[in-house]
Amino acid sequence: MTINRRQFVKRGAAAGAGLMIGVRLTGPLAWAQESDAGAKKPAPNPFIAYVNVRPDGHISLIVAKSEMGQGIKTGLAMILAEEAEVDFNAVSVQQADTRPDLYAHLGTGGSGSTMENFTPLRRAGATVRELMITAAASRWNVPSAECHAKQGTVVHLKSSRKATYGELVDAASKLPLPDQEKVHLKNASDFKLIGHATPRVDVPSKVNGSAQFGIDVRVPEMLFAMVARCPTFGGKPSHFNAEKAKAVSGVHDVFEIPALPGDKFTAGGIAVVADSTWAAMKGREALEITWDHGTAASESSDGMREALRTAASTPGKRVRNDGDVDAVLSNGARKVEALYELPLLAHATMEPMNITVHARGNDAEVWAPTQSPDWVQGTVAQVLGLKPEKVIVHTTLMGGGFGRRYMADFPAEAAQIAKVAGKPVQLVWSREDDMTHDFYRPASCHGMRGAVDANGHPTAWVHTLASTSIRGYWDPKASPESQEVGGAKEMPYAIPNVRLEFNPVASAVPRAWWRSVENSFNGFAVESFIDELAAAAGKDPVEFRKNLLVKSANWKPKSEDDPDPARLRAVLELAAAKAGWGKPLPKGRGRGVAAFASFGSYFAEVAEVTVKGGEFKVDRIVAAVDCGQIVNPESVRSQTEGAIIYGLSAALKNEITIKNGAVEQTNFDGYDPIRINEAPEIEVYLVSSQEDPGGMGEPGLPPLAPAVANAIFAATGQRLRKLPFQLKA
Amino acid sequence: MSAIHLIVNNRPHDLEIAPDTPLLWVLRDKLNLTGTKYGCGMGLCGACTVHLDGEAVRACQTPVSTVGAKKITTIEGLSQDNTHPVQQAWIAEQVPQCGYCQPGQIMSAAALLAKTPKPSDDQIETAMVGNLCRCGMYQRIRRAIHRAASTAGKGA
Ligand code: FES
Ligand code: FES
Repeated sequence: MTINRRQFVKRGAAAGAGLMIGVRLTGPLAWAQESDAGAKKPAPNPFIAYVNVRPDGHISLIVAKSEMGQGIKTGLAMILAEEAEVDFNAVSVQQADTRPDLYAHLGTGGSGSTMENFTPLRRAGATVRELMITAAASRWNVPSAECHAKQGTVVHLKSSRKATYGELVDAASKLPLPDQEKVHLKNASDFKLIGHATPRVDVPSKVNGSAQFGIDVRVPEMLFAMVARCPTFGGKPSHFNAEKAKAVSGVHDVFEIPALPGDKFTAGGIAVVADSTWAAMKGREALEITWDHGTAASESSDGMREALRTAASTPGKRVRNDGDVDAVLSNGARKVEALYELPLLAHATMEPMNITVHARGNDAEVWAPTQSPDWVQGTVAQVLGLKPEKVIVHTTLMGGGFGRRYMADFPAEAAQIAKVAGKPVQLVWSREDDMTHDFYRPASCHGMRGAVDANGHPTAWVHTLASTSIRGYWDPKASPESQEVGGAKEMPYAIPNVRLEFNPVASAVPRAWWRSVENSFNGFAVESFIDELAAAAGKDPVEFRKNLLVKSANWKPKSEDDPDPARLRAVLELAAAKAGWGKPLPKGRGRGVAAFASFGSYFAEVAEVTVKGGEFKVDRIVAAVDCGQIVNPESVRSQTEGAIIYGLSAALKNEITIKNGAVEQTNFDGYDPIRINEAPEIEVYLVSSQEDPGGMGEPGLPPLAPAVANAIFAATGQRLRKLPFQLKA
Repeated sequence: MSAIHLIVNNRPHDLEIAPDTPLLWVLRDKLNLTGTKYGCGMGLCGACTVHLDGEAVRACQTPVSTVGAKKITTIEGLSQDNTHPVQQAWIAEQVPQCGYCQPGQIMSAAALLAKTPKPSDDQIETAMVGNLCRCGMYQRIRRAIHRAASTAGKGA
């Protein structure tokens, strides 16, 4: 169904439109046409989704959330169907196009889709149910309280009367909306869908080739483009010769596109437009370009590593300072010190970046595998000199996001090319482009110091964090620590003296959000160092943590990110029990644990490893998950498995290194993720909870690397403090 | 440019095309069979896996001129209605996450099972090691192959 504003306005008048409710992120629901309310300008708080009950009783949920395989379409439909009292199959989810007049908040990231939509969609579903019941009760002239709804039908038991939602929708759409504070939400114990494993709606199209990803978009007369970018960050072409490229059969045009500053961060380069992807690739190969490598050409990973190590050993900006660490560390307590190092990382989504843009002069149409269609819209509009509302973005399926598809660089490039080409153009990045022009996970170094008293109680914790910060790249004026300290600042263990300090390290390498952002490195530092303190105290790693995860009677979170120690402790206990913690293992094998909360969810993971000579293998991961109220356990399990494997690639194998200002790894040979022969057995145990839903896309990742490192310590006595891990023989 | 004759999913195609063009791009850009995916272009990821006379090959490493009379099967030719036992097993185990690698995974698995109806874990690893899944669904892939192996004989 396509939505247009006029259709909303006419909802009440025209029979056959069904019932249309606009869902806001916060605040009450509204009849969808209220956003119009005679206004010329878009309403200030437009909707995040629309619920349309059609005359056949079928419900469409039109929502602006991107499907990356996290199963969000399925989960949101489950929430709505649950409260609306319809079968799951009676709800279909449609991807919303960008319409700033109709939708707000189209980004998908921060593991936030379920968290944000859970309550608004429950209310929307409950509203549908109550409207139907009210309509039926008044038709039969009986009290509403005597009616109930089930499987899309309202039933009056006393008179054995029934009416389907389809039969009632017309009358329901003429009723006033019920008071949002008073709609009755179901008790969790009555849930029939929420919390029950439900097959994902996107799966069938993904086993027969019919699922259309961004790179699969085909529109009439389209062309294909590739861009030759300077390998060095900040470099640009000083001279190029396109003759040979233009001679390649199928190549239509070759031209330069300038680098774009601001939040687009494109490298610029030479665009080759052709009638097939292969011709564009061949054309690009035939280009003769002399690069001006720019000022970053001297940057190297060795230099970056030295700068990070120095910065992690230098007092920095204090982000947390409880008690008096200096006093404790200067007296006779047993001291422990460690330095942890984590490299730059690429996202390496399975589908390389791509986007299709048709610039038609007065307007434009875009097909984008993106996590942020509204940003794509704004970017393309800006490059084309159009108003945002003149650009419509269709969000396609995407072959992985992990944060990379939040960015607006490839959309900006495609708009530059489409403006010249005059026909629809699909910009395709090769794997090499994707690997060498990513926005990388920052590199970091963690200087840790701690003290343990004579009874084995930890008394001080100092974490000096240095990173090539994300904010430092985006905005030199912003606080560089703002997206670096999460998970370190909320270090959950009850230690009386705690300090966290931050030092930024400058770099020309682009950085942005990578799955779980700073939690990916802070989780490693915190959960490795607590294990080192446990060893120094001569305590069992699980017991040691448990004793420090205390929730006193007057415990209050210091910020909304502050984890609840009791919930963290519970997943720790669950994972330990399921993993058989404490049961002896044969020689050469080891077990390690880590527990970490992020994005509102709590994870503990126990790793089992086998070490032989200089090699080791991760055999098994046992994960315990408390993500609050679970919507689809199937998706929770799948996301947990995915985050573990993604984290394992980073722990064991992957690293982006810089030489002469450019990335050295270009494809899956130099940056080889975990493969099936390296994939451990994964067991996932879910905590049943009615807390607010937490995120699931990211929080399974941070505990993985420290659990593995701690397991290797248990097996060998060797501490692995640098990722990717390398065992000394 | 040369004249090339191909049989894809049992349908003949005649094309005028540069003979060094990888089969991958012929399928995707000329024949509109976009189920076969581009992931690396270097034979490293398996996203482009198709069958040539039943044998799993990487379409990105197969110049179209080398195909000759061999029959090409792509994911679209396995079955459109998801009735192939491997597709059924993939749905039952909810294997795909983003799904981008899955046509390649499924084609590798189907070729394996055609030759080795009851593969061991080791045989599965050997056959599937060339197929990357960045969403990390390996455990499900392993399970789904065992499931397909146990149902295939029963005409599922
Ligand atoms: S695209 Fe062919 S193996 Fe990766
Ligand atoms: S399902 Fe996403 S790469 Fe395999």
